[in-house]
Amino acid sequence: MSFEYAPAPESTSIVKLKPTYGLFINGVFVDGEKNFSTINPATEAHLAHIAEASEADVDRAVRAARVAFGSWSKMRGSDRAKYLYRIARIIQERSRELAVLESMNNGKPIRESRDVDLPLVAAHFFHYAGWADKLDYAGLGENPQPLGVAGQIIPWNFPLLMLAWKIAPALAAGNTVVLKPAETTPLTALLFAEICQQADLPAGVVNIVTGAGETGRALVNHPDINKVAFTGSTEVGRYIAQAVAGTNKKVTLELGGKAANIVFDDAAIDQAIEGIVNGIFFNQGHVCCAGSRLLVQESIAETVLGLLYERMKNLRVGDPMDKNTDVGAINSAAQLAKIRELSDAGEAEGADRWSAPCTLPEKGFWFPPTVFTNVSQVHRIAREEVFGPVLSVLTFRTPDEAVEKANNSPYGLSAGIWTEKGSRILEMSSRLRAGVIWANTFNKFDATSPFGGYKESGYGREGGRQGLEPYLKAASK
Amino acid sequence: MGLTSQAAASTFADETRTNASLTKFLHGLPGVDQVGADERAAMLSTRSIKTSAKAEGIDLAISMIDLTTLEGMDTAGKIKTLCAKAQRPDPFDPTTPSVAAVCVYGDKVAQAKSYLTGTSIQVAAVATAFPSGRASRAVKLLDTSDAVAQGADEIDMVIDRGAFLEGRYLDVFEEIQEVKVACKSAHLKVIFETGELRTYDNVRRASWLAMIAGADFIKTSTGKVAPAATLPVTLVMLQAIRDFHNAGQRKIGMKPAGGIRTTKDALRYLVLVKETLGDAWLTPDLFRLGASSVLNDLLMQRKKLQTGAYSGPDYVTVD
Repeated sequence: MSFEYAPAPESTSIVKLKPTYGLFINGVFVDGEKNFSTINPATEAHLAHIAEASEADVDRAVRAARVAFGSWSKMRGSDRAKYLYRIARIIQERSRELAVLESMNNGKPIRESRDVDLPLVAAHFFHYAGWADKLDYAGLGENPQPLGVAGQIIPWNFPLLMLAWKIAPALAAGNTVVLKPAETTPLTALLFAEICQQADLPAGVVNIVTGAGETGRALVNHPDINKVAFTGSTEVGRYIAQAVAGTNKKVTLELGGKAANIVFDDAAIDQAIEGIVNGIFFNQGHVCCAGSRLLVQESIAETVLGLLYERMKNLRVGDPMDKNTDVGAINSAAQLAKIRELSDAGEAEGADRWSAPCTLPEKGFWFPPTVFTNVSQVHRIAREEVFGPVLSVLTFRTPDEAVEKANNSPYGLSAGIWTEKGSRILEMSSRLRAGVIWANTFNKFDATSPFGGYKESGYGREGGRQGLEPYLKAASK
Repeated sequence: MGLTSQAAASTFADETRTNASLTKFLHGLPGVDQVGADERAAMLSTRSIKTSAKAEGIDLAISMIDLTTLEGMDTAGKIKTLCAKAQRPDPFDPTTPSVAAVCVYGDKVAQAKSYLTGTSIQVAAVATAFPSGRASRAVKLLDTSDAVAQGADEIDMVIDRGAFLEGRYLDVFEEIQEVKVACKSAHLKVIFETGELRTYDNVRRASWLAMIAGADFIKTSTGKVAPAATLPVTLVMLQAIRDFHNAGQRKIGMKPAGGIRTTKDALRYLVLVKETLGDAWLTPDLFRLGASSVLNDLLMQRKKLQTGAYSGPDYVTVD
């Protein structure tokens, strides 16, 4: 008797796509001059035409936000909270629709968009709704003031979750926003715009301008925004830092990472294996805080790798809409090319490549879960962010060596520690230069917990009380 | 003692020489992080088992059931209906597989055997002062040999949890070894009563202890203590079985028992086995479900898959 999982596809019928989506400015959708196509990366099928916002469109959006700021910032916090609670509840009610659309446009498995992304999105709105009338306790003294109009640019790896991280605290603090979703994943942000309409959010409080790099540039450089919040590549982050230098704009940047996931010889091995898998293959490794460098103590390296390979053979790679899929599609042809280039470089530099045996679909963008062993610190795959399902394995002999290797990176976003020894967790976490450190777990997010990086991983914190600070200033005395 | 389990015992001769050496070995096993184990089990329970997978899983699950009655009020009549049900779980559909075994108290073995003559269904007997295990070793061994003499094909013994929790691992080890000898050719399932051992570290230690002592199967619970089988406890035991096999040892079987009531529950256990040990363990020789009420739910779901309509509890037999 056999027992093979039959296809268990989540129906996409709940999503009603329009042929064309305009820009969401001042509470209504307006046409753009030019459109671009957005696709499903798992099939390369066209999904919808999306307006590309020009500099003039961005200007209109910023003006709308400026006008809305007048009343939104003066509204009682408890009233702003009502809108945010309403949005949070609508997100929960429409979570299946949002999850399906997220997987269609991003390529991530429906299990993750359903069980991770959407619950966190709602949680962020609920969390910051609760803050809206308690800003006196945000850490900036009594009666802190909003900044004004925030220009927000988000990446394609967690489209709706990054939107929530940006919009929820900004609105709770009394700011208005112009948000640009990533070029390849605009659809859930546009559905969110419809939710703003459904929630009767005052016009202009949230504006969504779709487009690519030029649209983002126009937003960052607009003279009438007070704050830039960006999540994305370190390269663009550098440009933004330069562009706003010498202006009054406040900036937060959440950039790349090359996190060390450190496994000690006294770790709970089976759970560490799950943590390694979750650390690098969650969301196809399209995670800025992914545990892309496995640092494993030499004495158990062989055991850990043996179990890891066995475990990876069970990863189900394929159709993101199948409820049993563990690893979905790479988000774009460009990202796939980058992953391939770095992986080829890894091989060329002398590391050993192993990929989980799996049959990849013919259409769409796919990369098998891959492990590199015999990796040295000098290899590109040990230093550069792959942003894909590629794990580099390095070994260490002592805790000091682990710290040294983990910190030997221009990045410092996250790190993981696996040991059954509590004192070692405390000691290691005080020495690791990373914004988020997970102990005996990985890729855990919570609306109440601040998130952000050291060094080239950026600055500023999102989430929790700390996540309000970038959107507030102390009352002028 | 069978040849293979003898080999295991000799491989671990140093570890099992004294209580101190056995303690050192068991406490040297990698720890289990409870949060992580719970999460993994929860993630696997989200697997969506539909259509053909569900049909395969239901038949597989039925064929793996140890159909059980362990009551003071068990009568010859009860054993008879149970054995009839074991052979033909669904009287209206002869394509329904029979279950793997019936599981009874030792004094009911002869009756069960007589009702199952000529079938491939095994008779399992609980022994060793089940369910508490609170009797002298002599009584436990007699309990075992008596059931074997009555014709039991399988013995489900309980470990001495008191001794285990006191750290007298060698006593537990030797008792399992002696029961194994008393089993002769009967297969030995070793019950830990994980609801009393409580921690996953204990569950992993008990698993190794039983495997090196000669268990053919390791089993979660008696069904008389709550919590009985859970998914994470089963996961930890399956991982121990995997590690034992990776160490060059025999394939050990697994039996979660108690608290498995619905088809969904049963399928979740099969998923756990498939993704931890692989398809090689998806056979009644290496995996059993200790349960009784789950059978009727499996039968109802089976009929629903075939006919598209849910017939309800009046269309399956109450035994």
